[in-house]
Amino acid sequence: MDHESAGAPGAVTRPANGNATHSHARPTHQPGGGRTILVIEDEPNISEAIRFILHRDGWTVLTHADGRDALERVESCHPALVILDVMLPGRSGFDILQVMRDHSGLRAVPVLMLTAKGQAADRDMAMRAGASRFMAKPFSNAELLAAVRQLVDA
Amino acid sequence: MMFNLLIGASLAYVIFLFSIAFFAERRAEALRKAGRAPRLLRSPLVYTLSLSVYCTAWTFYGAVGYAARSGLEFMTIYLGPTLVFVGWWWLLRKLVRAGKAQRVTSIADLIASRYGKSNAVGVIVTLLAVAAATPYIALQLQSISLSFNAFTEDQPVAPRQLALYVAAGLAVFTILFGTRNLDANEQHPGVVTAIAVEAVVKLVALVAVGCFVVWGLSDGPADVIARIQSAARPEWEIQPSRWVGLTLLSAIAIVTLPRMFQVLVVENADESHLAAASWAFPLYLMLMSLFVMPIAVVGLDRLPEGMNPDLFVLTLPKALGQEGLAMLAFLGGFSAATSMVIIASIALATMISNHIVVPLWLTSRAGRGQGQGDMRALVLNARRLSIGIILGLGYLYFSVSGGSRALAAIGLIAFVGMAQVLPALIGALYWQGASRTGAATGLILGAFIWLYALFLPSFGPDVVLSAALMSDGPFGIGWLRPYTLFGVAGMDPLLHALFWSLTINAGAFVLVSLFSYPGAVERVQAAQFVNVLDQGRRGDGVMTPGWVRGGGDSETEVEDLLITAQRLMGDTEAQGFFQSEARAQGKEGYLPDATPEFLDRLERTLAGSVGTATAHAMIVQISGSSHVSVEDLMAVASEAAQIMEHSAQLEAKSEELARTARQLREANAMLQKLSVQKDSFLSQISHELRTPMTSIRAFSEILMDEEGVDADARIKYAGIIHDESIRLTRLLDDLLDLSVLENGQVNLDIQSATLSHLLDRALMASTSVQPERRFTILRQVADEQIALKTDTGRLTQVFINVLSNARKYCDAADPVIRISVRRRGGRVVVDFVDNGAGIPKKSQALIFEKFARLTDTHQAGGAGLGLAICREIMHNLGGDIAYVPGQGGAAFRVSFPAEFPGTKEASRTAGGARPQGARRMGRRQSDQGVDTRAMS
Repeated sequence: MDHESAGAPGAVTRPANGNATHSHARPTHQPGGGRTILVIEDEPNISEAIRFILHRDGWTVLTHADGRDALERVESCHPALVILDVMLPGRSGFDILQVMRDHSGLRAVPVLMLTAKGQAADRDMAMRAGASRFMAKPFSNAELLAAVRQLVDA
Repeated sequence: MMFNLLIGASLAYVIFLFSIAFFAERRAEALRKAGRAPRLLRSPLVYTLSLSVYCTAWTFYGAVGYAARSGLEFMTIYLGPTLVFVGWWWLLRKLVRAGKAQRVTSIADLIASRYGKSNAVGVIVTLLAVAAATPYIALQLQSISLSFNAFTEDQPVAPRQLALYVAAGLAVFTILFGTRNLDANEQHPGVVTAIAVEAVVKLVALVAVGCFVVWGLSDGPADVIARIQSAARPEWEIQPSRWVGLTLLSAIAIVTLPRMFQVLVVENADESHLAAASWAFPLYLMLMSLFVMPIAVVGLDRLPEGMNPDLFVLTLPKALGQEGLAMLAFLGGFSAATSMVIIASIALATMISNHIVVPLWLTSRAGRGQGQGDMRALVLNARRLSIGIILGLGYLYFSVSGGSRALAAIGLIAFVGMAQVLPALIGALYWQGASRTGAATGLILGAFIWLYALFLPSFGPDVVLSAALMSDGPFGIGWLRPYTLFGVAGMDPLLHALFWSLTINAGAFVLVSLFSYPGAVERVQAAQFVNVLDQGRRGDGVMTPGWVRGGGDSETEVEDLLITAQRLMGDTEAQGFFQSEARAQGKEGYLPDATPEFLDRLERTLAGSVGTATAHAMIVQISGSSHVSVEDLMAVASEAAQIMEHSAQLEAKSEELARTARQLREANAMLQKLSVQKDSFLSQISHELRTPMTSIRAFSEILMDEEGVDADARIKYAGIIHDESIRLTRLLDDLLDLSVLENGQVNLDIQSATLSHLLDRALMASTSVQPERRFTILRQVADEQIALKTDTGRLTQVFINVLSNARKYCDAADPVIRISVRRRGGRVVVDFVDNGAGIPKKSQALIFEKFARLTDTHQAGGAGLGLAICREIMHNLGGDIAYVPGQGGAAFRVSFPAEFPGTKEASRTAGGARPQGARRMGRRQSDQGVDTRAMS
């Protein structure tokens, strides 16, 4: 992996609704290449960790914490990839994924599902609902990065 | 001088009665709390003596006057009741049994209950009773003021003024003791005891005067008998028609007078007392009548011509210088008058409030749903007002009628009025075909004839009825003249009115009943009343097959029922009743299923406070259930006792089967629920553990890499790792705590403390939750001064948790938390009630489960184990925590023994096993009623 020229994460501006936008100019030679990833995760610390890791890798990271209006967010920001938590307030990740897969505009967007329950049943459910990849929490940062790169480039 | 002495004696006597009533009430209360029956207060003796409210001032003073005017005819007034008690004992027994089984509160309530729980019939009887009692109460006021003036001839007091004071005083006494609380059985032990004492006073007074007359003024019994024979006058001749009529009338009165019904049925504590009363009460009457004739004859002999014979009992000893004896006689008469007025006004006030005021109030609120207010205050105030009105009416009658006529005549007018209830009453107990329409028709016609032919003319010509109408009839129709209806002339006006009113009343009752079809509720009630003696001895054992489930959300109904019951019975009583009903159905909490049996028991319980018809109407209104199914009607139709019994057995069996099936279903559902719970518990734990671990792992890897991490970020990320490890530790602590508590292996640290201190500490600690919100805390610190001996740390933990939850979730703009504390025997009950939206019904059963967070993680800020831990702690402390629905906000009730039950044994046994044992025993105790102390 090439991290040499990764820019330090800039000051994070966080609007009141808890969603953050990070759109610094970044070097295009990095793996992320400035492409957008939407992280839908309600635990602020986890979402901050993912944001940092991906940002360092050259991605533009948007975060969103609520299940209820998550779909609108996906539609409005055209992400290259969605990282989706299962246990969300308001609406479950499985539910959001299912709607995305039935939606002509969003069907092709790759989705990486994260869950803290980590039981086999959850994995099956995620795959049936059409997840591109499934990862249990806690995850290794390196594995997460590898999965993201693979899903976006595939 | 004499006047002052008299006032002083009366006041002292009233204070004496007051203290008797007060202490009797206190004693009954104390014994009831201790779970024992007040044996002396509720003995056959007191019961019999209380029945002597029959002997009013009229019998005390008036009988002598009666004897002086008409010879032995006064005996009829005693003869009727004696015949009833000795010969018609079975009728009284049936009356008492039916009254107890249906929990009736008055004679109007009994009639209303029997005739289809119809309030209309209740209203008719109530109005009739008020009309009939008014002259009777006036009579008592008159006798007191007459007796006063007999003493103070030199400085007579205006009788009206005196009567006014007496009426006001009696109203105060009756309000104080008759409406102290709304008793579920409508009983007044204090008043009844005072009445029993008054019964003794009047008997002693009359016998003392009698002895003075027989042995002091004459030469013994033989001399007196000789004097009676020589004093005989032509008008003393026995008139058979009057004898029969008057005996019949007084026999009817003993069962229909509202005050007699009150002491005979409502205040009856034990049916077996009736057996003793059946010989003791006639004996009392005999003693009361023994000296009437001697006093009358000697009075006529010794006293100057023109003295009012109604006052011989008083004037005879006084004229002969026996001031002390005269004073005793005065107090005897005073007792007789006051006891009648007190009991009559209590009975009438109950009728007015239950049949007129509360139904009116309910109707006026019908469209507006159920409010929160306490209805007991309404009912009690209605009764207080009614007592005032009744005594006011009595006083008014006394003023208007001039109070000059002979005492006996007024009493008999009242008797004839109440006698109108007799056909409906006998029909209620013995004729299943008797219908509501029939009863109402008979009552109205009878009451009308009584008013027209006796009551209104009793004021005299041109007072209410014009003289022309009295002598020529209305519109000159001769056969409608009040005293000669249908052309029957030459009869005594009293007998004339009695004959026509009862004949037409009974005739209409029977005819209309035969031609009208009774409603469903009526038929069920008819069977209940007529067969009451076949249904086992205990009142509770009587099954009313009645309620049928209505549609709709049953939990909502039951909660509304609870709210209504709280307003009638008080919070504690109502919640206790609902809780025990729920437990009997095998349910936790305060909301039993709305089964027909439950609704029936609730109706009976409420009936004790507001009467049958009203209680029935309220439950129908709230639960939407209808009464009586086809099966019930079938049961009613099959009148053969054998079939009834057979079907009752079948019913019991099928009920038992249904109960077993329900228990099995519940057990099965519980097992399935447990299995699902176990899976979801593991999954929840996994989630709760993995979430902080994810942050920890991700940030440690970021820090290990160092790439792109500046100093600020490093400090921030290390801080996150630190916070998340603490979160993890706290979660593990909670889990371990819960596991230890659940297994009962907890070491309790038993200490002494005052409840208020623990609450202070908990309130202080809970302010750290959302410190920016300002809460109003309502406390009664005086109630909280309870010494505790328990694990104070654990108890405080529970308080903190409940208070923190309130701070977190109470959504009111001006949040208020009310903390109220009560003691119940050795147990302490602490209620925490906020003014927020409360917890939705479907979630109420969930909140004590593990991870049962109703909102999302961040608002809750915990893993959702708090209330589960609280519940386990309270079980370990031998107590409980429960959600109380229907309090206007979220309400948690924490209850526990003030002294931890294991305190003594804990030092002997190994500390760990004890609380678990205590908890298991506690449960067993509630299931089977086993005394834990006896077993440990």
